[in-house]
Amino acid sequence: MDEIQSLMHGFGVALTLTNLALMFTGVLLGVIIGVLPGLGGANGVAILLPLTFSMAQTPGGQTSAIILLSCIYWGALFGGAITSILFNIPGEPWSVATTFDGYPLAQQGRAGTALTAAFTSSFFGALVAVIVITFLAPVVANFALEFGPPEFFSVYLLTFCAFVGMSKEPPYKTLAAMMTGFALAAVGTDPVTGTLRLTFGSTHLLTGFDFLVAVIGLFGIGEIFLTLEEGLEFKGTRAKLNLGVVLQTWKELPRYWLTSIRSSIVGCFMGIVPGGATPASFMSYGVARRFSKDGDKFGTGQVEGVVAPETAAHAAGTSALLPMLTLGVPGSPTAAVLLGGLLIWGLQPGPLLFVEQKDFVWGLIASMYLGNIAGLIVVLTCVPLFAAILRIPFSVIAPIIVVICTIGAYTVHNSMFDVWMVVVFGVLGYFFRKLQYPLAPLVLAIVLGDAAEASFRQAMLFSQGDMSIFFATPLVGSITGLAFFLLFWPLLAWLIARARSRSG
Amino acid sequence: MSQQSAERAAFRLRSAEIGIALLFLAFGALVIFDSVRQGARWVADGPQPGYFPFYLGVIICISSAVTLVRGLLMPAGRNKTFVQVGQLKLVLSVLVPSAVFVALVGWIGIYVSAVLFVALFMRWLGKYPWWKVAAVSLGQSIAFFLVFEVWFLVPLPKGPLERLLGLG
Repeated sequence: MDEIQSLMHGFGVALTLTNLALMFTGVLLGVIIGVLPGLGGANGVAILLPLTFSMAQTPGGQTSAIILLSCIYWGALFGGAITSILFNIPGEPWSVATTFDGYPLAQQGRAGTALTAAFTSSFFGALVAVIVITFLAPVVANFALEFGPPEFFSVYLLTFCAFVGMSKEPPYKTLAAMMTGFALAAVGTDPVTGTLRLTFGSTHLLTGFDFLVAVIGLFGIGEIFLTLEEGLEFKGTRAKLNLGVVLQTWKELPRYWLTSIRSSIVGCFMGIVPGGATPASFMSYGVARRFSKDGDKFGTGQVEGVVAPETAAHAAGTSALLPMLTLGVPGSPTAAVLLGGLLIWGLQPGPLLFVEQKDFVWGLIASMYLGNIAGLIVVLTCVPLFAAILRIPFSVIAPIIVVICTIGAYTVHNSMFDVWMVVVFGVLGYFFRKLQYPLAPLVLAIVLGDAAEASFRQAMLFSQGDMSIFFATPLVGSITGLAFFLLFWPLLAWLIARARSRSG
Repeated sequence: MSQQSAERAAFRLRSAEIGIALLFLAFGALVIFDSVRQGARWVADGPQPGYFPFYLGVIICISSAVTLVRGLLMPAGRNKTFVQVGQLKLVLSVLVPSAVFVALVGWIGIYVSAVLFVALFMRWLGKYPWWKVAAVSLGQSIAFFLVFEVWFLVPLPKGPLERLLGLG
């Protein structure tokens, strides 16, 4: 068992006093970020990324930096549940489904039970996903070592077609948002010929759009505007978590083992195929309602209705790192930001990472086990603190979040132009969210745009402009075929539905 | 202002859909225009720089044309309120000061503008007593200064006041 040995080595790397301290700091920051509106996993990590530049230059610092950032992500995943259950406000998109049963439970005075169930099942989902990563990632990476430009382009194609096929948003809006992301990525110097594209003589655009700026604007400022519509104050239930409630809930939870396992599978699948945590949580909630014997009581405060979406969201959020590490293709916006971090620190994500940076990869994987344990401890003990943060009125918290987003945008390149772009992206984000334009494919396209274009053009150079190279071997052909199947899935589903309604 | 006027629609879904679709169309057209200018064809030594972006522009235009047509044909029953007047006022009450704040950052530095920005909000929207306003607005700027300039050594934009204090 090579993996076990590598993992043990990873624990050796991750288990230093500094790294443990970073884990707890990261999780604590992450939960606060997840609780606050306008600061989510993706833009929280994006804002803090520039702080790790100097950290990553010390020996072993890259591992510490990724531990800090990934733990912020775990924390944000945990934090989303707190606002959903106590305030009926999903702190993160993936915790929308948690409000359905979580908030009714809190209103019945069982907030403690709901929170414990949410945290524990989050932990379980993440654990399953980390185990999947431990054993599957080396296999995928090994397999991907043989990949050339056509294979990589077909994987990119699959990623983006999956968004069209699986997202709840209308497919043509997904396409428009995604292609806009690619076009924004193309702005600046063409990586192959060195010509300037889409800059229109502006010197600010020479280096193109940084996706970190887009993330901070779209997810940060845009989110604040959306939250504002709800008014300036949050009204929530009070919550105390004492050991008694926790233990009692833990006694109850094994009853839902089947739901947990099912939700973990849904979550891992949706995380690896880039569907993301949000659809995973909805899908898993729907599946649980259909199969549960109390299915018709869902929405009135069923513990099972909290377990299902939380398990899936955490499993998806965690397993989204698998394609990021092994192929360099992130499965979620936050994974995309982490990928950006790796690139800035001078690491090339992809199959070679597992060969050349063993310490880094296995240190990270080991830290996922430890980070989630740290997360569970932090959230179970600090709930009153986080609920108190949410009770700070919006007239205080909103300007401070705007200041934080501004600082985050400025520190990316020390440029005021980026700060203005954050404001523009914020307004766009507000409209996009309200009109159901998905933001995740847009951000992923900005991150992957250059790489996708480069692999496309290299493949085309091999084949002298012949598109059949994407179907040349069984491997690349089946990936491309699957991509096209997903791309046209909305159309197929519509045709099937029509045919059925006609015959019936 | 009466409750009713605050809940009136500032503008409706249809106009928002059409507006954003037109924005996408314009962007797509811009991408196509620039790609054609760069050369979007296949030449002897491979694809020209505009080859890939050209198709991006085409897809943006086609998909937003679909949105535009669907918006134009939207039945009146589905044309719900996009944003209410009261909501829009709240959103603008953050957007406008934020834009002013960003403009100030380039001029007098981030720390002084952040104090003014947070103070304005707390006093104007939150109606807090002055001592609370002063404590929070000064406190957050000092905290950010310590975290970024002192602890992480990340320089942020500074203005005349910082120079006067010998910190810039």
